[in-house]
Amino acid sequence: MTKEKALFEYLIRRADDSLILGHRLSEWCGHGPILEEDIALTNLALDLIGQATEWFQYAAEVEGEDRDEDDLAFMRIEREYKNVLLVEQTNGDFGKTIVRQFLFDHFQNLLFEKLLESEDEQIAAIAAKSIKEVRYHLKHSSEWVIRLGDGTEESHKRVQESLTDLSRFTEELFFQDEVDQILNKEGIICDTADFKDQYYKNIQAVIDEATLQLPEKQWQLDGGRKGVHSEHLGFLLTELQYMQRTYPNMKW
Amino acid sequence: MSKKEWPLWEVFIRSKQGLSHKHAGSLRASDAEMAINNARDVYTRRSEGVSIWVVESNEVVASDPSESGPLFEPANSKAYRHPTFYEVPDGIKHM
Repeated sequence: MTKEKALFEYLIRRADDSLILGHRLSEWCGHGPILEEDIALTNLALDLIGQATEWFQYAAEVEGEDRDEDDLAFMRIEREYKNVLLVEQTNGDFGKTIVRQFLFDHFQNLLFEKLLESEDEQIAAIAAKSIKEVRYHLKHSSEWVIRLGDGTEESHKRVQESLTDLSRFTEELFFQDEVDQILNKEGIICDTADFKDQYYKNIQAVIDEATLQLPEKQWQLDGGRKGVHSEHLGFLLTELQYMQRTYPNMKW
Repeated sequence: MSKKEWPLWEVFIRSKQGLSHKHAGSLRASDAEMAINNARDVYTRRSEGVSIWVVESNEVVASDPSESGPLFEPANSKAYRHPTFYEVPDGIKHM
C-alpha cells in the first residue's frame, strides 16, 4: 500500500466516525428530553459534522480524483464506510446516547491530543481546531454519565445496561492495521496502544464516580474499519443519502 | 416518573471584554454546572459571548410593580439629572 492510499484510508476512518456519530445525534433534533438538551445534542452533531467535512475535504485532496467532500459523504456504499461500530449504534434512550458519546469522546480526546503533534500539518491543524470541541463534548457526556449513574434507581439501571451493552465496542476504537503502520512510520500518527491504558483509566474514573460497573470481560466486536458493519448502518445511510440519491448532484 | 421540573436559572452574557454582563434569558438546569453548560449551548453558540453568569431565578429579588409610582416616577420630571447638555465626542463607544 502506498503512503497516499494509507493516508486516504486513515482520513476516511476519521471522517466516517464523526459523520456517522454526528448523524446519529442529529436524529435527536426536536426529540430531546428537554429543550436545553435538545439544543446541546444538535450542537454536538454540528461540531461532529463540521469535523467530518474537514477530514473529507483533505481526503478528497489526497485522493486527487474527481470527488469532493459531498461525494465522499453521500455517494459511497455501506462497505466503503470505515467508522467504528460504536458510533453507528442506535440512539436508544437518552442515557444510551450519552454512554455512546462518553465512550467515544474520551477516545477522540486522547487521539486528537496525539494528532496535534502529527508531521502532517493538515492533520495537526484539524486536530487543533477540533480538540476544543471535543473537550466540551467530553465534559458534557461525562457529567451526564455521573448524573444518570448516580441518579435515581431507574436512571442507574438504564445507563448500566447501556454501558454493559456498548462496552463491547471499546476495543475496536484502538484497531490498527497496515494503514496505521505505514503512517506511524512517517510520524503522521501515533500508535493507539500508546494511549489505550490512559483511555480505560479516564473512563473508569468517571464510571466509578457514577457508581457504575464496567464489565470485566466482555465479548468485543469489530469490523467497522474494514467496512463490515452492524445491521444499523444500512438504515442510517438510507436516510443520510436519500436526497443525493434521489436528486443526484442537487445543491442547497 | 417525576413531573418535578428543574429549577429556573437566569443567564447573563458578557458579549466582549470591557462590556458588562447583560441578561440573555433563562433556562432550566438541575445545578449550577449544568446551567452554565446549557447557557453555553443555548445562548452562545453563535459566538455571542466571552463570559457567562448564571443565577438561580428564585435568588433574584425584584422590585414590586405596584410600587412603580414612588420608585420611578419622581425621576421623570428632573431633566437636569440627564447629561443631555454634553456633546459626546466621536469615537466613544457603548454610550
